[in-house]
Amino acid sequence: MQAKTLYEKLFESHIVREEDGTYLIYIDRHLVHEVTSPQAFEGLRINHRPVWRNKSILAVPDHNVPTTDRSLGISDPISKIQVETLDENCKHFGLTQFPMNDSRQGIVHVIGPEQGSTLPGMTIVCGDSHTSTHGAFGALAMGIGTSEVEHVLATQCLILKKFKTMEVRVEGKLNKGITAKDIALALIGKIGTAGGTGYAIEFTGESIRSLSMEGRMTLCNMAIEAGARAGMVAVDDVTMSYVENRPFSPKGEALEKAKAYWKTLHSDKDAKFDKVVMLNGSEILPQVTWGTSPEMVVSIEGMTPDPKNENDPSKRKSIEDALTYMGLEPNLPINQIKIDKIFIGSCTNSRIEDLREAANVLKGKKIAQNIKLALAVPGSGLVKLQAEKEGLDQIFIEAGFEWREPGCSMCLAMNADRLNPGERCASTSNRNFEGRQGQGGRTHLVSPSMAAAAGIHGHFVDIRSLN
Amino acid sequence: MNPFITHTGIVAPLDRANVDTDAIIPKQFLKSIKKTGFGPHLFDEWRYLDHGEPGMDLTQRKKNPEFVLNQTQYEKASILIARENFGCGSSREHAPWAIEDFGFRAILAPSFADIFFSNCFKNGLLPIVLPNETIDLLFKSIYANKGYALTIDLENQFVVLPSNEKISFQVDAFRKHCLIHGLDDIGLTMRHSESIKAFEQDYYQKNSWLL
Repeated sequence: MQAKTLYEKLFESHIVREEDGTYLIYIDRHLVHEVTSPQAFEGLRINHRPVWRNKSILAVPDHNVPTTDRSLGISDPISKIQVETLDENCKHFGLTQFPMNDSRQGIVHVIGPEQGSTLPGMTIVCGDSHTSTHGAFGALAMGIGTSEVEHVLATQCLILKKFKTMEVRVEGKLNKGITAKDIALALIGKIGTAGGTGYAIEFTGESIRSLSMEGRMTLCNMAIEAGARAGMVAVDDVTMSYVENRPFSPKGEALEKAKAYWKTLHSDKDAKFDKVVMLNGSEILPQVTWGTSPEMVVSIEGMTPDPKNENDPSKRKSIEDALTYMGLEPNLPINQIKIDKIFIGSCTNSRIEDLREAANVLKGKKIAQNIKLALAVPGSGLVKLQAEKEGLDQIFIEAGFEWREPGCSMCLAMNADRLNPGERCASTSNRNFEGRQGQGGRTHLVSPSMAAAAGIHGHFVDIRSLN
Repeated sequence: MNPFITHTGIVAPLDRANVDTDAIIPKQFLKSIKKTGFGPHLFDEWRYLDHGEPGMDLTQRKKNPEFVLNQTQYEKASILIARENFGCGSSREHAPWAIEDFGFRAILAPSFADIFFSNCFKNGLLPIVLPNETIDLLFKSIYANKGYALTIDLENQFVVLPSNEKISFQVDAFRKHCLIHGLDDIGLTMRHSESIKAFEQDYYQKNSWLL
């Protein structure tokens, strides 16, 4: 039999039909949130179309929800309507939803895996680009637009072309303090934000195998920032032990049957990728973005670039624009950049291990005086409960952080959590675009421990230099 | 969806790479539960000098005179040209909704982000990939000639220059078909509902733990 990549196995096992290279692909899991679904549900209603498979759907409000006292409701009337519209749509179409005040509510890409709703071998979609997160489970997971959300609701299928395949092989042992976030940023620094366009990425190699499921989720989450609609990691024992004993995951005999199949979810030994990118895991240093695109990244030992050294006029202009927006001089050492706010959260870095990693740095310390606000926003209600059980909330609070309710929060600032113009943030989120965290706000993407360390020192520091 | 067959229009030059969906339509406007009305907020943070929020009186807002779409010669533009990786970032379809609502029918760039590219076709908006050098030449022509207009012939897959020179472009056959006929692809897929049911029967027998 022909050797296949993991992507090919996942894609081919879901083909309903094919015509001239356009495929109808069956979708196992559809995650839904309040921002990209209302127009899709409206489309169904207008055309009198039912939802094809209610059971495939798990819905949750996350983008608009306040992270402060929920008993007060949502003060922004437009956000309120959007969240209520999701409630109504889920009720009308008979869909499983964890509403805002449910203890299981959280960021859609945190709760899917947490609930066992994300399983190996699945095709998973959501009207959100960071759906690539779920590829960590050996699943084909990708973000879709609202028209596609409606298409999947109505037909359980997606019209797709085959992606090209890219292997990102990271060999070597990661140094202490180096996380999946640093691997992701180092990769994007190497191939650029369009480097993965048209590809499905599979992450392989020793460094990847050594990551926990949460680390793998962080990595696959950022695949979209490298331009790849899907990122994935082969199934191994780490995957299977994570999946077991979750509310929606199979049990008993069904689990054994599933496991026998899940074990086949890896690229065959002789499988050919269209492109291979190699990284040496032992050479990756803590990463910090300096600009307005995730590819504008250097290590903590680096400095901001000098546009004078760039010969390509279009790239030179991008560097100049980014430095101007970020309020940074060329050739400025990264560890001299002073910070105003800290954000620990988002679908990239808000899981329990992320909070432990940050708390480990913060324990017994206080944030610097120049830090105006430090937010810790757990990815879900259950992550929050677990953190509180471990006393992490107290570590954050004693360090001067605000301990908030779960949601997307200041990753995209759709709720009240945002940067003011000119404010500079060390953020564990995924995008440093202009205005992403608030108009005029300046975002530096880092790992949770790097964000915590920046909080204590008031500027970026090398996490490896701390005890 | 409005069919797209041929279109002639003025070209507005957005001379930037990596134009992301947060720039195309900032997050505060995503709270709407409608598909329409996003055009006035297209590129909101670049177009206006003040901070925009939904429901603001647009006549009271301060426009940024430097921004390309605020210059009178591009007021009626219906084709947008930009640099690499246009539409990167989030999956928000509000981005093509805003571009289409503003009055654009086509976007020319050396490359597009995948999700944005796919979203355009669902909304009667044609994204066209052209080589870097061609895009470069077009930028120069636009800067040199006021009112520079192009014709896009989707049927024959040509961009026609004012000199009548034709530049061919690639487009996926299925997407072209849907765009030319203004077809709703859900309707098309529904025609295969028996195949979907047959697939499900077989699939759930094999993967019974998913039931």
